[in-house]
Amino acid sequence: MRLTKKDLLGIKDLTVDEINLILDTAESFIEVSTREIKKVPTLRGKTIINLFMEPSTRTRTSFEIAGKRLSADTINISASTSSVVKGETLIDMARNLEAMNPDVIVIRHSASGAPHLLAKLLRQSIINAGDGAHEHPTQALLDMMTIRTKKGRIAGLKVSIVGDIAHSRVARSNIYGLTRMGAQVTVAGPATMLPRFIERMGVTVHHRIEDAIRGADIVMMLRIQTEREQQNIFPSLREYAKYFGLNRKNIRLAKDDVLVMHPGPINRGIEIAPDIADGPASVILEQVTNGVAVRMALLYLLTGGRT
Amino acid sequence: MSVNKVVMDADGIDRSLTRIAYELLEKNKGIEDMVLVGIQTGGVFLAERLKKKISRIEGVEIPMGILDITLYRDDLRTSNKKPRLGKTDIPFSLDDKKVVLIDDVLFTGRTIRAAMDALIDFGRPKLIQLAVLIDRGHRELPIRADFVGKNLPSSLWEAVTVNLKEKSGRDEVTIEENV
Repeated sequence: MRLTKKDLLGIKDLTVDEINLILDTAESFIEVSTREIKKVPTLRGKTIINLFMEPSTRTRTSFEIAGKRLSADTINISASTSSVVKGETLIDMARNLEAMNPDVIVIRHSASGAPHLLAKLLRQSIINAGDGAHEHPTQALLDMMTIRTKKGRIAGLKVSIVGDIAHSRVARSNIYGLTRMGAQVTVAGPATMLPRFIERMGVTVHHRIEDAIRGADIVMMLRIQTEREQQNIFPSLREYAKYFGLNRKNIRLAKDDVLVMHPGPINRGIEIAPDIADGPASVILEQVTNGVAVRMALLYLLTGGRT
Repeated sequence: MSVNKVVMDADGIDRSLTRIAYELLEKNKGIEDMVLVGIQTGGVFLAERLKKKISRIEGVEIPMGILDITLYRDDLRTSNKKPRLGKTDIPFSLDDKKVVLIDDVLFTGRTIRAAMDALIDFGRPKLIQLAVLIDRGHRELPIRADFVGKNLPSSLWEAVTVNLKEKSGRDEVTIEENV
């Protein structure tokens, strides 16, 4: 079994075997980050460009650390310091980057499909680090890795995803991945945050958090994009916290050994109560640790080898 | 047509390992500062067996680690296939330790080169020794083993296979000859 793809654009394109290969490889990479010398020579001489056209600390740092621990040279470009501010198009910028011969381009962009455009245009491997409201495949992979490590399996688990499903690329990638791996996925949120026909993705839909998390093995809370308060998709943050926030009262409805996950950054006291975010059920920081390993695995699997 | 010839049976493997265990103790004058590191996957099983033999002789357990050399291979750049990454687990410091590296077959020496590079990333051992069950020759690097179970002269196109109970259900070393 090997990864034959040039790019990682979304979870939708991955088979069960490919997902397992990535997760197995990532589990082996965990050890490298616990060493005193956190570096292996595997990608010596490779160049990775992190093209982040949207703000990010976690994902960008994670990709940068992953590349560096594999001995690749990593270069970060963010929108504010790029020639985009001078009016250059994404395609022109990408062609210029290609001319400098990198091996991998990691891209985050506010437009859905931007990584796909680059993948078609360039010979380099493209990794989608989040495109619009479409997909965030590395987040879903690190989430699945966290679940698998903690629970020993994914198949048969009940996973509840709560929050702004409609605008969440994390939710979309996780729904593709978790349902493919055999989990039962439930989503919940205010009606304005649930896309129509979402049940066609193979999930159960609830409009109350209590119904969604009852008996859940995993509760995945999504970050509420506070800037959307102005768009009238929910009346107020206080009301959202009251009806859709995870707190010490409603979490009792989930299984005793429930895992609480969040892709970060968290809004304390809005979608998740501080004592839950910091509590024993929370694996939020393990998700971050696993993120580095998942990205190392992808860089390892996608690079190298003459084709 | 090819036939598999058994060149070492279960008793032969066990006797070789017993001898290597005694040689290890003799050469290092006991087990002080000694640690075993088995190379994935065959070397790991052999290291476990050596560890048991040594503890039976000396009455003391010595530390043992597992090393996967994939990330240190010198053919990652050229080969199209990405080898599957295995687990590495060396839960102790290698500083000032006598490290005995253990593998099933010594062939080109490239695996051992990779293993030594990996070990150095875990600390500065006092010395590194190499124990192998089979030395089949054809070295491409200036590497030799300190402890050898059996020297097995072979031609380049013959396949030498070490089967171990832990993985294949039986202990035997075979050489596949084309006739």
